[in-house]
Order: sequence, then C-alpha cells, then structure tokens
Amino acid sequence: MGSATRFMGLVLLRSSASLRRFHLTIDELHFAGVLSLIIIIVSGLFVGLVLGLQGYETLKRYGSAEAVGTLVALALVRELGPVVAALLFASRAGSAMTAELGIMKSTEQLSAMEMMAVDPFARVISPMFWGGFLSMPLLAAIFSVMGIFGGYLITVVIIGVDSGAFWSQMQSSVDLRNDIINGVIKSVVFGAAVTAIALFEGYDAPPTAEGVSHAVTRTVVTSALAVLALDFVLTAFMFTGV
Amino acid sequence: MAVPRGKVVAIMGGSGSGKTTLLRLIGGQLKADRGDVLVESQPLDGMGHAELYALRRKMGMLFQFGALFTDLNVFDNVAFPLREHTSLPASMIRDLVLMKLHAVGLRGAESLKPAELSGGMARRVALARAIALDPMLVMYDEPFTGLDPISVGIIGNLIRQLNDALGATSIVVTHDVQESLKIVDYVYFLSGGHIVSHGTPREVLESKEPFVYQFVHGKADGPVPFHYVAPAYGKDLGVSG
Repeated sequence: MGSATRFMGLVLLRSSASLRRFHLTIDELHFAGVLSLIIIIVSGLFVGLVLGLQGYETLKRYGSAEAVGTLVALALVRELGPVVAALLFASRAGSAMTAELGIMKSTEQLSAMEMMAVDPFARVISPMFWGGFLSMPLLAAIFSVMGIFGGYLITVVIIGVDSGAFWSQMQSSVDLRNDIINGVIKSVVFGAAVTAIALFEGYDAPPTAEGVSHAVTRTVVTSALAVLALDFVLTAFMFTGV
Repeated sequence: MAVPRGKVVAIMGGSGSGKTTLLRLIGGQLKADRGDVLVESQPLDGMGHAELYALRRKMGMLFQFGALFTDLNVFDNVAFPLREHTSLPASMIRDLVLMKLHAVGLRGAESLKPAELSGGMARRVALARAIALDPMLVMYDEPFTGLDPISVGIIGNLIRQLNDALGATSIVVTHDVQESLKIVDYVYFLSGGHIVSHGTPREVLESKEPFVYQFVHGKADGPVPFHYVAPAYGKDLGVSG
C-alpha cells in the first residue's frame, strides 16, 4: 500500500512536466482510447440490443412498451455505460499498459531512461495515466450512445415501437445532473482507478516473463473488483442519498 | 576505489560479487548504505533529484542487453537523448545521429527496429545512444556477454577508441578477462562486495594472488569454491555419520 501511494504521488508530482509536453499524453490517449474504440462500439451496440429486447419483453406485460427508451437510456447512462466500459477498458487498455511497463522494466528500458537523465515518470508513466484518465469518460459516453442506438434499432426499427414515444420518454426521464453527470463522474473515477492499478502493477512487476504475466492478470482482476466496489459506493451516494 | 579521468577501468568478479551494484551506485540508481560515491568530486549522497539528473547528463551507460526502446527504430533510439536534452533543429540532430551511428559502423541500419538487430548490432546501437551527448563518463555493464568473437572484438575496440576520441572516462564491468585486458588501463577485482585485488593488466596477468589467478586462468576450484555450501556428501547420501 505504501509503495502504491508513493507511486501515485510520483505520477501526480511529475504530471506538470508531462502535461507541458501534451503530445505525449495525446499519444497515450490514442493508445488507450482510440485503439479501444472497436471493442467499446461493438460491445455497446450488443448491450443496447439485449437491453432493448429484454426491456421491451418485460414492459410489454405492463402495457408500458413505449417506456423502453427510458429504461435503455437510464440503465446505460447510470450504470452499464461506465461499468461495462471500465471493465472492457481494463481488459484491453489496462492489461496492455501493465504489459508494456512491465516489459520496459524487465528489459531495463526504464533504467536506461533514468541513466539518460530522463525521468520515466514524467516521460512515460504520467502521460499514460492522463491518457487513460481522459479516455475512459469518452469511451463510456461512446458506449452509452452505441447502446442507445442498439436499443433503438431493436425496439423501434425491428419490433416497431413508436419512434416518437421512444425518444420523448427518454428525453423527459433522463436528467442531466442526476443521470448524465453522475454517470460521467463514475466513469472518471473508474478511469483513474483502472489506469492507476494497471500502471502500478506494471511498474511493480518482477522483471521476469512470469512476473509480467502475473501482473497483467492482477490488473484485470483487481480493476474489475475495484470498479464494481466503487460503483456500489458511488451509486449509494449519488442515487440513494446515503 | 578510484577511477582516474581519461582511463578505461575494468571491474571484474564472479556473479553476485557486486559489480552491477557498483555501477548503479555510481549512476545514483542505488544509494550506498555506507561509504561515499563521488563523481567529478561531487558526493552523490544527499544529491537532489535535479542535481542527480544534471550529473547523469554527463554520463552514458551501456546496459547488458542494450536496453533499446523497442517501439523506436535505431535512428530514434540514438536521437532520444538529443531530443530530450537539447533544442537542436531536426537537421542537426540527424547529422549527429548519423555521426554516432557511423562511429559504431551502423549508419546504414538507421531505419531498423531493435527486433531486427543481432545481439552485437543492438549493443553497438546502445553504445551510439550512450555517447550521443558526448558524456564524460561511460559505464559498460557486461558489454561482451552473449556476443560472438567478432562482435566481442568490435565492441572492445569501440570502447577504447570512443573513450580516447571523446576524452571520456570508462568503467567496464565484465567477466571477459582476455578481451578486457587488451583494452583497459587498470583492473579491480571484486568478491563478496569487497575489492580483493587491483592492478594494471600486466600485473593482473602475472599475479599469483589466488583469487586473481583462479579468475584470470578460469580455474574451476579455488578461493571461489566449485561446490555450493552443503552438508557433508557422505551424510547427504546416508553412507557415513
């Protein structure tokens, strides 16, 4: 715990130096964000299709099939968007960050950088952190948009729910501050947590093949547990007034 | 231990004798529990982050397996310290990189990725990168390990020639007695974290000191025992008390 705290302290301390060279963060934004787009878009679409289908089948029994738009949007914006996007982000980008940093350490690339008087925290690790931190809310937003599009496709285009009802119910039920902003806050917290875990595990990995592979596994498992636990805590504060 | 300016000094000793630790102490990557490390008469102990990094800009280090940045090609690896520490125009950086690569005989390999290089070539690129900023001190961690005899000769000659051409000081940590004795001015032998012997290459070759003799002549047994510490052989096999 002490070394993780010290690690994050150094990441934040060197952030000003790394943010002054913002192109390094842009490169990491591309690595963590743009390269995760495919899995986020496809997953978001399928989650929206399933939500629409399940929601329609359930709501139809109560004569409220038109409310399916509300159900899809609230489920995605409040919960599934941030949570599933964070889990996918941990699997795709988090594991890649851990492996990259672990291999850089085991092949002495980080030591070489230090000996060239280039601080690896300022040059590599802080940009990775900010790249992950910034990309996660964007990915969660894209996931939710794709999910809503999937819900629209299955319920309006294929099943035949009224398009006007779908959008108007959604518009009247989804609140900017309570739903969308809270969802964005969740995705920001998850992004920080997953990226910090991934980077620390890579930096702390024993410099062997086995050490790096275990670090990657720990990143995915710890990130998933952290996201789910944080989601519970945040939901309790945001939506139940605890 | 003292390393005079302009000299090439070898640090030899068995595995685990503290050679690489010594390089890390000199580079400020580790802090000494006891004693002092002085570089350019400046003690590293108590030096702040900025001072240490300023001092490291005058150092170059060749790591055991090169430690090239695998996502960059040869040109960008050598250009890395120049881009990080200078604001030279791209055309001048290009010229400097090509000069460094020419010095190690790899000007034609500028566009190759580290994965496309042989062990010897990777070591030479890493050497070009280590001298990119014309350091006053160059440290070599096992520069001959895993290389074929031709590459060993090339690296050995480059260490000597570059040291003299740059007017630098070089510290070579190595197991390779024969190759290193051809190029160095002075040798220190380490064992168990202590200096057990030192002298010029001639003195080392003629030394009758048991550890030096065993090391230089590659004897299996001597002060460095062949057998790892174990209970009595007969007792282990159950044939004697």
